[in-house]
Amino acid sequence: MSFISDTLFVYRRQQRLILRVPVFLIVGVLQPILYLALFGPLLVKLPAGTLSGGTGSGGTAEAYRFFVPGLLIQLALFGSSFVGFAIISEWRAGVIERFRVTPVSRLALLTGRVLRDVVTLIVQSTVLVLAGIAFGLRAPLPAIVLSYGFLVLVAIGLSSVSYAVALRLKSEDAFAPLINSVVLPLILLSGVMLPMTLGPGWLQAIARISPYRYIIDAMREAYAGQYWNAIMVEGICVAVGTAAVFLWLGSRVFVHENA
Amino acid sequence: MAIIEARGLARDFTSRKRTVHAVRGVDLTVEAGEIVGFLGPNGAGKTTTLRMLTTLLRPTAGTATVAGADLLRDPLGVRKRIGFVPQAIGQTQGGTSDNSLVIEELLDQGTAYRIGREETRRRAAVLIEQLDLGGLDQRFVKTLSGGQRRRLEIALGLVHEPQLVFLDEPTTGLDPQSRSNMWEHIRRLRSELGTTVFLTTHYLDEADALCDRLFVIDHGVTVAAGTPDELKRRVSGDVVTLRVHGETEAARSLLAMAPVVREVGVTDEALRLTVDRGEEALPALLRTLDGAGITMSAISLSRPTLDDVFLTLTGRSLRDDSPGSAGAGPGQAAELAGAGAHGSNGFTGEE
Repeated sequence: MSFISDTLFVYRRQQRLILRVPVFLIVGVLQPILYLALFGPLLVKLPAGTLSGGTGSGGTAEAYRFFVPGLLIQLALFGSSFVGFAIISEWRAGVIERFRVTPVSRLALLTGRVLRDVVTLIVQSTVLVLAGIAFGLRAPLPAIVLSYGFLVLVAIGLSSVSYAVALRLKSEDAFAPLINSVVLPLILLSGVMLPMTLGPGWLQAIARISPYRYIIDAMREAYAGQYWNAIMVEGICVAVGTAAVFLWLGSRVFVHENA
Repeated sequence: MAIIEARGLARDFTSRKRTVHAVRGVDLTVEAGEIVGFLGPNGAGKTTTLRMLTTLLRPTAGTATVAGADLLRDPLGVRKRIGFVPQAIGQTQGGTSDNSLVIEELLDQGTAYRIGREETRRRAAVLIEQLDLGGLDQRFVKTLSGGQRRRLEIALGLVHEPQLVFLDEPTTGLDPQSRSNMWEHIRRLRSELGTTVFLTTHYLDEADALCDRLFVIDHGVTVAAGTPDELKRRVSGDVVTLRVHGETEAARSLLAMAPVVREVGVTDEALRLTVDRGEEALPALLRTLDGAGITMSAISLSRPTLDDVFLTLTGRSLRDDSPGSAGAGPGQAAELAGAGAHGSNGFTGEE
């Protein structure tokens, strides 16, 4: 089918281009590793159960089962939401229009890029998980595989929206502050660093609007060995739902004849 | 059948509840094998029209058939058959990535048109040769000169051997030598491959030197169409300037009666005659003066330039955009203006 081969064509081109300037990939994964090394140890000393809502045993095990899923989502959120930055310069170079006039599927111009971002995130996440294990993370293998599923869905959704917003704005000066002012509160409200349950009632109420909060919670459940409960179902629904809606929004901008 | 047939093509843009009629109604007929120029001042609607014809922008009204496919019902069919080279100045550049190798860009373009790897390599080798890109295939695009990069962009538009290629401002931003090289390449496209070329330009000399036929667009409508010569003739006719020994007044009344002469004026002892077809009028004028025993000391014939055509049709001059004056300092600009004034007063006809 030509849509799939077009997606793979765009993917290969984008993969080749990003590997020519790998500094962004390295910087992207360096930040969460710094958090892991310089912030993670602070969590180890917390009383048992603080991070897991009472069930944890405390110490290194509880700290990293809590912290690594949070950092993975933070990596995905920052990494995927800023991918649009690069498409603005591609648009300015006329590359987007060049391919829009070829028989290549216009949707594949999006999906090929999103695939590149998903692959990038998987590689970066693996580096982060391995670093986590080095610091003392112990989690079942199925949980780690499951968390990759969540990460892929997050990346699909956020990359799509990021490209769509960037193509609409066509200006780095407008794009960067906009994304920053959306992503930072999302990360803070998702309980990346500390559980939202430690907060006052009003903060917990606001935190319900961040979809990534549900996804982090589900990933933490899996890391603690819980694969099937209400939190997991919520997490899966939110992950699939946001990915589908965001991909649809992104594809509308790419297929639309004037973008 | 015409390779481009457009009727009433129009495009409105709406922003903040204000509607701008960028293109109001463009009619075009282009025959296969022609080099056609689309000429207009900045903002006249050239690029918008081109974007509609290349499926980048959906028209708000009108119909068109491009390379045998219906623009509205079968845009994919249009895309398969046309080549497009975007303009390389202004908002967006010509479509190449800094961090790609030249050969990668050509191979990717082949893949985009579903051409096999080996076949693309063969065609890329031919294009590299034809467009003077020899030895550059393993170079990064960002290391190319402006002219080399532009030629690569033209090559990308030709990899799939389209029957019709759209070039948006192909030579804007190039130095004079690269421009005339590019003209050679475009002429060869037609003579060697039979490709129909549709180009936009705001350089009158380019339109004059390169195009078989021109469409002039202003304020979103086509205001004139024809060969460069037809357009010039339609506007003001040719001007014959001549000097005679002493008998200027006698010559004036004599020539005013000649059937080929539309108008006679006298400036600085020189007679200025407006005629329809200069090259045919000259022998008749010479015979008339000879018959009356009047001897001439000088004669010149000047054709109206496309700039005159433009001024008449659009009320605007394109001079400001010509490459000669772009970037000229105040001193140079004054000098150029002085030279121009001298040229039009003296006997230096344009032909």
